[in-house]
Amino acid sequence: MISAHKLTKRFGEFTAVDGIDIEVRRGEAFGFLGPNGAGKSSTMRMIGCVSPPSGGSLRILGLDPATDGPAIRARLGVVPQRDALDEELTVRENIIVYGRYFGLPRSVVRDRADELLEFAQLTERAESLVEPLSGGMKRRLTIARSLINQPELLLLDEPTTGLDPQARHILWDRLFRLKRGGTTLVITTHYMDEAEQLCDRLVVMDGGRIVASGSPRELIALHSTREVLELRFAADDHAPYQPKLADLAERIEVLPDRLLLYTDDGDAAAAAVHERGLEPLSVLARRSTLEDVFLHLTGRSLID
Amino acid sequence: MSAPTKTRPGALVHTLARALPVPAGAGMARALVERNVRAFRHGWVTLVSGFFEPMFYLFSLGVGLGALIGDVDTGGGRMIDYAVYVAPGMMAAAAMNGAVFDSTFNVFFKLKYAKLYDSVLATPLGPRDVAVGEISWALLRGLLYSTAFLVVATVSGVVTSWWAVLALPATTLIGLAFAAVGMTATTFMRTWQDFDYVQLAIVPMFLFSATFYPLSTYPDALQWVVQATPLYHGVALVRDLMLGDVGAGLLVHAAYLAIMGAIGVVLAARRIESLLLK
Amino acid sequence: MATETNTRPGGDSVHHREGRMAGRAFAYWLTSYRRVWRGTIVNGFLHPLFFLVAMGFGLGELVDSGAGGGIDGASYVNFIAPGLLAAQAMQTAVGESTYPVMGALKWHRHYYAMLATPLGIRDVVYGHVLFVVLRVAITSTVFAMVAAMVGAITSPWLIVAVPVAVLVGLAFTTPVFAFAARQDNDGGFNVLFRFVIMPMFLFSGTFFPVSQLPGVLEVVAWLTPLWHGVDLCRALVLETATPLDSLGHVAYLLVWAIGGLWWTVTNFRKRLLT
Repeated sequence: MISAHKLTKRFGEFTAVDGIDIEVRRGEAFGFLGPNGAGKSSTMRMIGCVSPPSGGSLRILGLDPATDGPAIRARLGVVPQRDALDEELTVRENIIVYGRYFGLPRSVVRDRADELLEFAQLTERAESLVEPLSGGMKRRLTIARSLINQPELLLLDEPTTGLDPQARHILWDRLFRLKRGGTTLVITTHYMDEAEQLCDRLVVMDGGRIVASGSPRELIALHSTREVLELRFAADDHAPYQPKLADLAERIEVLPDRLLLYTDDGDAAAAAVHERGLEPLSVLARRSTLEDVFLHLTGRSLID
Repeated sequence: MSAPTKTRPGALVHTLARALPVPAGAGMARALVERNVRAFRHGWVTLVSGFFEPMFYLFSLGVGLGALIGDVDTGGGRMIDYAVYVAPGMMAAAAMNGAVFDSTFNVFFKLKYAKLYDSVLATPLGPRDVAVGEISWALLRGLLYSTAFLVVATVSGVVTSWWAVLALPATTLIGLAFAAVGMTATTFMRTWQDFDYVQLAIVPMFLFSATFYPLSTYPDALQWVVQATPLYHGVALVRDLMLGDVGAGLLVHAAYLAIMGAIGVVLAARRIESLLLK
Repeated sequence: MATETNTRPGGDSVHHREGRMAGRAFAYWLTSYRRVWRGTIVNGFLHPLFFLVAMGFGLGELVDSGAGGGIDGASYVNFIAPGLLAAQAMQTAVGESTYPVMGALKWHRHYYAMLATPLGIRDVVYGHVLFVVLRVAITSTVFAMVAAMVGAITSPWLIVAVPVAVLVGLAFTTPVFAFAARQDNDGGFNVLFRFVIMPMFLFSGTFFPVSQLPGVLEVVAWLTPLWHGVDLCRALVLETATPLDSLGHVAYLLVWAIGGLWWTVTNFRKRLLT
């Protein structure tokens, strides 16, 4: 579906995307995970054919975006980071007008709009203007709108950023349904839980480059331990505790407010800490996540 | 239960993609016009209100002040009532004002705040469709106003020739010239304050382009300056048609406006491209 | 601290009478104005000047050589200049009382920020109205100076006409503030500009005597605050003013200004304190 080789995007002196290789297959959910500024959105804009690459090659649906932009866009669905809904129109009109941009006949657009309103759970708000909708509703409308041309490939840029937890779960559920229906999803996110929930495969991006790739499970297995023990002490600086605990874990990360001990058995490590007479304020043993993978690969946290 | 799960994805889209006219940014501007028509159903008061301003001017200056002025020399010694003289000026000026308002104020809002074109360009539409679509919309609205104005002017008895019917395409040409250049200018604007500079160009043109009084009022040197402005040609074109003074000079006026419009459309499309497709 | 035994920190906010701290709100608007004053020169000053030159001198040539030979014995430019002085005061005032008020209510929410401090509703309203009055005073003064320089106004009574123009501004500022506070979006402003302000500008005696209007419309024109402003400014600089007429005009404008202020405070209270 998407095939990129040494894909590069420069804005003047600044290199936003620095020679990445990706291959997205039909029917999968593919993710770009990385902090703000990692180059995810620039990559998405190139894939959406609204930003010409500065270097490398890019094929989408077997076509070249430089020459076949409109033909590619006719088969894509795009959910941008900012909803950019049409606030002068009603909910239903947003979908209908968007469909007309694809040159679809009015009757087709009308029928599909009804189905999509149902899909986005917005049927009751169909005649409302966009402005009073909640953030989650607006996001669902943006997704419904992007499906009007029955896209083979759906691009979602930070689909749940800024939404409350309940709204995120509703949205994830809708995306699962799309995937089951066979739509290929490409998602950017800086939430590791979102990447774990939605993506079959993902690449971890940092500073315009890909630093790791694989399925969430593979990435965790390769770049982290099975479990993590989080310790918080009554101290402003956690660094002095590191040498005292070094032998209890494969690796220790010192964060401003806590220590992370990477080990295959968190509870055993916690017991060992107590045996040494150290009294942390809080102790938490948990599974490794993609956040830990990112921390290990870049030494930084995903969310600043 | 939902579109994406019910239909096999892709099948229809494939057919569709083949059927679509896809040369980059061509042929889809109509969809944007349709969008604007829908949006204006919700704001019809604004649409209707735009019609009254030239009427108010016509009755204030033409009728109220006209009584104090009496007759005006159109140039060849032909004396006409002031209301007859000023009506074409108002019609031409209204065409300019409407086109400029649509292509600057409204487009700036869509470009910077509503981010409308970001969504539009994610579809098969290209920058040229955006430029052509918005300008076409401005022209359609303008045609609506001009027609209404012409009807009222005719009923008020200030229209004297059948050539006046051609004033309608003439105002569309004025609209094209100003909408295209206005849209280009809009792509350079950063804040609402920049619109004061648009006003700085439009208001003097409105007042000084032989709209309200004959060109011969000015000293010779100033006459040349006035004749260089686009609205002067618009006013002259509409006035000659409405008074039935038809001659070869009309073609010069029309050519000036057509060239301005053509250059403007190309520049506007290029600017939209460099702003949004980077 | 020992010397201020009666005052605890923030104590003044508890006991102050609303409206006493309008200066603080005024200071805010003044600060933000420093960034944008250049553009306002264009709208507030150049446009009326353009109108004065185009209508007064250009169109004036037709009027002065026309049927009546000027208006009521005055040349057209002398007739129109005081009218434009009052009309530009109205336009500046309305411009400053629509979008900026909507912005402070809805888009930028400056009023809410102010109300989160010790300032009360009256402080917020008075401060902003005061700023608009200042804006009107600046454009009116500059316009008057230019009109005098080009010979469009020759009487020293111009010095009195400028404060009258500012009063015209105030008579529009407060009712429009009240109107703006009741709007959900800026759509209503279009209607206000096109159906209220524009007709007033064109038919309230600025460009021709209202006696030219058919009977009923002449009465309507008398009711508009702009006509009272135009008539007083014109009577002053053409030196035909009588004390009784002048007082009547001022009183009528004051009724609009004060009534509008009361209505504004009521509407602001309803909208901002819920």
